[in-house]
Amino acid sequence: MSTTSKIPLKDGVEGFVSDWSSDQRAFKGVPWGKAMMWIFLLSDTFIFSIFLISYMTARWSTVEPWPNTSEVFSLTVNGVSVPLLLIAIMTFILITSSGTMAMAVRSGYQKKRKQAGALLLLTAILGMSFVGMQMFEWSKLISEGIRPWENPFGARQFGSVFFMVTGFHGVHVSVGVLFLFLTSRKVFRGDYDTGRRGFFTWQKGRYEIIETLGLYWHFVDLVWVFIFAFFYLW
Amino acid sequence: MAQEEQEGQEHPISTYLWVWLLLFVLSACSYYVDYAGFQGFTRWSLVLLFMFLKAYFICAVFMHMVWERMALVLALFIPTFAIIVFVGIMGFESDYTQLGRKVFFDTGKPPTVYAVPHSEAHNDTHSDGDAHSDEDEH
Repeated sequence: MSTTSKIPLKDGVEGFVSDWSSDQRAFKGVPWGKAMMWIFLLSDTFIFSIFLISYMTARWSTVEPWPNTSEVFSLTVNGVSVPLLLIAIMTFILITSSGTMAMAVRSGYQKKRKQAGALLLLTAILGMSFVGMQMFEWSKLISEGIRPWENPFGARQFGSVFFMVTGFHGVHVSVGVLFLFLTSRKVFRGDYDTGRRGFFTWQKGRYEIIETLGLYWHFVDLVWVFIFAFFYLW
Repeated sequence: MAQEEQEGQEHPISTYLWVWLLLFVLSACSYYVDYAGFQGFTRWSLVLLFMFLKAYFICAVFMHMVWERMALVLALFIPTFAIIVFVGIMGFESDYTQLGRKVFFDTGKPPTVYAVPHSEAHNDTHSDGDAHSDEDEH
């Protein structure tokens, strides 16, 4: 795990070649857990890509007209129908939670225990409100007759794509919220200062765990950017 | 644990706040595309533009990608090009699937006209009134 090698590290293309061919660890300056989280996120990128590509295939190959998402996802406020209102609020909430997460990572590295814990808790609560709104959205659409096999608005594939893509994303958010609560509790208790071992892995944690968790959380936000663009706005 | 402290990333809080604000503005822009009801090329080019900008700033700043070494950045970035190839393959696939559906599963109801050659499209409008006899034949 020594990063303090005597030979100075090269940058750019030369650095890329020498890092990969150095017969040591390829990802220098990165904690191992963080590198592995990145690899996991890469594989998750492929999973979400496959969902979005199958959505594209379904939409391009259907002979029925695709439902107008602007109308399907509109909310009526004071008698005025506002298109995509709930989705817009959900987008802003997720971006806000990404911001609080980024600041939690920073506080963690500064060893500001309570600040980091509070920001993690805030992120978790924002994530929970996102999942809550998604539940509201799902129940509203189900009551309007949208099913994975049919819907009153147009092409039948619409329902299956919608439940599959937003459902899988919602599961990611929910898992993230769970780990945010767990990490927040650990930070508040001072586990990363005292070196208290985790209940599951029995390893001592460090504050860089917040950054690793942060990567996951930002990825969830990143995926939502693509879902918002391709599914809701297209 | 001294070397672990070197591995952490610390950046001024203003960087995060500016990117946060920028993401808010970009989200508002992409929402406005729908709100204003842009259609066609304007719509999807703006949607894609705001999407890629948002994705870039989340990856670059929030996920600290711009401060990582090239070895990690390329290991994560290059494999995603396989997705573009897959999009191309499936785009081609969906095209002929739709053609097959139109040719073999046409219900006789007036269909949405997709890529019909001009001369045929012209004939279609003439036979519009005969939709009934068409159904009888099937």
